[in-house]
Amino acid sequence: MSPRQRIFALLVAILLLVVIVDLVRRRKLREEFSILWLAVGVGVAVLAAWYDLQVWLTRLIGAVSSSTTVFLFAFVFLALMNLHFSVRMSRMADQIKKLAQTIAIMETELKNKSGGDAAT
Amino acid sequence: MKTLAVIPAYNEEDRVADIVRGAAKHVDVVVVVDDGSTDSTSSKAREAGAMILTLPVNIGYGGALQAGYRYAQSNGFDALVQLDADGQHAPEDIPALLEPIMEGRCDLALGSRFLNPDSWHATFFRRAGMRFFSFLIRIFAGQRVTDPTTGFQAMNRRLIERVASGAYPDDYPDADVIVMLLREKFRIREVGVTMKPPPPGKSMHSGLKPLYYTVKMILSVLVVMIRGRGAGGVE
Repeated sequence: MSPRQRIFALLVAILLLVVIVDLVRRRKLREEFSILWLAVGVGVAVLAAWYDLQVWLTRLIGAVSSSTTVFLFAFVFLALMNLHFSVRMSRMADQIKKLAQTIAIMETELKNKSGGDAAT
Repeated sequence: MKTLAVIPAYNEEDRVADIVRGAAKHVDVVVVVDDGSTDSTSSKAREAGAMILTLPVNIGYGGALQAGYRYAQSNGFDALVQLDADGQHAPEDIPALLEPIMEGRCDLALGSRFLNPDSWHATFFRRAGMRFFSFLIRIFAGQRVTDPTTGFQAMNRRLIERVASGAYPDDYPDADVIVMLLREKFRIREVGVTMKPPPPGKSMHSGLKPLYYTVKMILSVLVVMIRGRGAGGVE
């Protein structure tokens, strides 16, 4: 990896970390989600600064070039993030369904009650 | 016995009033679950004498039905009959559906178009699909059900308690729910009813939906089998 590539990768990692921290600071990103993205930023920074680790990982997984390793890990991470969001969305869809049902039932009962009170 | 009719409705302003008036002759209370309609379904149903549960957002046919189950559960109804708002189900068949429930002969009565020779029997492809799901039910739950996609059903208090709480499918509660209930030892019977063709453009099974329905339902039945008895139902 050339010094220029390493500097570029480090800058990307630093930019990512700054954006994540800023989003959390402005309450646009919940802390629980920021942890995963912070881990990515730190991971990119570590890999950019410590090229031997990249080489070791490349040998470990049997890849030919270190760029394959980076892309593979990026792909696996994005797939896991998508799975994580699908799980969260499933839970939220269920919660929205229960809330909608409860609101509808409560609204009807409230109307019935106020109608009954008005009649008495 | 306190009886309730649950009619899930989504943009059915042209038909819902007749269905409500028809159902009101046979049950104590009629509830229309308005699943986020953008037309005057709610007001038409209210004028016809129904109680309205207005869902703030569209949550799907199964979710709307479950709102009705939950209403029945919290208001102490002994029996419930559900029918569609699009006019496919004839309210005159409600007494026949409720009869085995009232007599304690079953927990769930399914209205079958195939047990009534005068009923509309669906298109060829849909009939083929129904046969396939009947086969799945027989394989996995050991009972013959001729009309596994029927939405015209009646149930007793025990089953209301079961389907009101816990997971229930949002979109199409059909073969998966039947398999689940049979495995949980609920007694299911079929009753011959009259069904009419769905109004144009209103079918839940048009376009690419049959493909999605088939794949989703097979998956859902398999998930019911994997989860085992009493594992919280289908989603």
